[in-house]
Amino acid sequence: MDDIVRMEHVTFTYPATDVKESFNALNDLTLSIEKGSFVAVIGQNGSGKSTMAKLVNALLLPGEGTVWVNGYDTRDEAHLWDVRQSAGMVFQNPDNQIVSSIVEDDVAFGPENLGVEPAEIRRRVDEALEAVGMTAFRKNAPHLLSGGQKQRIAIAGAIAMRPQCIVFDEPTAMLDPKGRKEVMRIIRQLHAEGITCILITHFMEEAAQADRIVILNDGRIYMDGTPREIFTDRDSLMALGLDVPMAVDLSYQLHDLGVDLPAGIVEEEELIEALCPSK
Amino acid sequence: MSIEVRNITHIYNKGLPQESVALKDVSFTVEDGEFLGIIGHTGSGKSTLLQHLDGLLKPDEGQILIGDVDITAPKVSLLAVRRQIGLVFQYPEYQLFDETVAADVAFGPRNLGLGQEEIDERVRESLSMVGLDYEKIKDKSPFDFSGGQKRRIAMAGVLAMRPRVLILDEPTAGLDPRAHRDVLNMIRAYHKSQADSIIILVSHNMNDIAEYADRVLVMDKGQVRMHGTPKEVFARSAELREIGLDIPDLADLAEKLLARGLHVPKDAFTIPEMAQAIAMQLRGGKTDPAAEGGEDA
Repeated sequence: MDDIVRMEHVTFTYPATDVKESFNALNDLTLSIEKGSFVAVIGQNGSGKSTMAKLVNALLLPGEGTVWVNGYDTRDEAHLWDVRQSAGMVFQNPDNQIVSSIVEDDVAFGPENLGVEPAEIRRRVDEALEAVGMTAFRKNAPHLLSGGQKQRIAIAGAIAMRPQCIVFDEPTAMLDPKGRKEVMRIIRQLHAEGITCILITHFMEEAAQADRIVILNDGRIYMDGTPREIFTDRDSLMALGLDVPMAVDLSYQLHDLGVDLPAGIVEEEELIEALCPSK
Repeated sequence: MSIEVRNITHIYNKGLPQESVALKDVSFTVEDGEFLGIIGHTGSGKSTLLQHLDGLLKPDEGQILIGDVDITAPKVSLLAVRRQIGLVFQYPEYQLFDETVAADVAFGPRNLGLGQEEIDERVRESLSMVGLDYEKIKDKSPFDFSGGQKRRIAMAGVLAMRPRVLILDEPTAGLDPRAHRDVLNMIRAYHKSQADSIIILVSHNMNDIAEYADRVLVMDKGQVRMHGTPKEVFARSAELREIGLDIPDLADLAEKLLARGLHVPKDAFTIPEMAQAIAMQLRGGKTDPAAEGGEDA
């Protein structure tokens, strides 16, 4: 098994400030992410999700333990750009991650900083915009686009770096329903093309689309499994204040009302099929 | 106190090349005691509309009556109006500023000119309303809390003004599921505790709007596209999708079950309601023999 990200016994402590005591955001966390996989990371606010994401991109370095990205130790400064090129990041607020006043310049920003040849940059920018369906907007001003479109530009910027892995930190939190669907479709497509996708989200329906779900709590792994394994353990999720997808919750309540349903329903289609079988 | 919005139009950068019409002939009424949900895709005019309701922006045309005060009239004193309207912006936690939680929450009531005793009582009450323990946190720095707790503190600051109209713009964005529910339940509790208060909730979450709002206003391209009960609005799924919105998950499920002949209501917007409705249908025995019993067939 080939891992793109490996974290071993990682502890990360935010230092005390004038107004805040120091605290451990991650506690002895050991986690590996397989190349080409699609992993959703869920957990309460403050569970360590975003800290974990920043460790993957070497925006933060572990206090204890080691983080390897594509084989590079993130503390090895000589390979900092190898780490950042291996793992791209897309953040929650699209307005905070746009740097240029023209869409295609914005997408070119990353590869330019890597010193990529101009002809190659051109190729990458075109491909990246194509991948997120924003080619028609390449000469537009990003700040005049909708939230979903801006987020697609941010994703194109990450793609243009040709990363093996992209970490999405709540990329849909500020988007309207259409924007959310667009972004999720692109993430699934990138995964299908072989890019490792790590998706941090509070939306369980989004997490259910991943191959694997990791739940963090207090900077530790609380659960780790397939969406089906995770979501059928409704009680453990509820204990942590997390939700389950609508189909799971409804199936449980139907079961309590004496409706006999097969175990392990996670998707809406499965529930519909169980309730009204198509002949 | 009701709100009446009459034919308002707002144009940004009027007369400049980048002129854009943000609101166009918008009219609607919010009744006393109503919980209004506002939905619309990014750029549909929701935020511009909210800023008009608080008097932060003035319309180019039209009027807004809050109670009997026309807040769009020239030289109107907005002070009296703002005392009645609480606006919780997106990410209100970024607006915390004072040294202690108690001082931050007291800022609004103090500006109302209330006496110290009344201020203290309101600070206690509003912190408890958002689920925080006054004694434990009053002297701490508001910056010493997690994101979700900071948001509660910021909301307590608005509730301490006891607004008759509480307007919230995406109050649950970025919160985990438990905090998300807590915040919505807090809003509902406030609504019930203040007789005839109006709540206006802007959200991208159709499930929340369906479950909490009495009426829904749908904005599209600066205009009111629909205005009605959640049942009426969410029955128009094709139109909503066309303008970049969606229907609640349960309404979507209901559509699919109906298409397969299971007669469930389209307006069961909570999971217990939907579970009851499905169970009842199945016991009716028409569709599926899976359910035991069948006594009320």
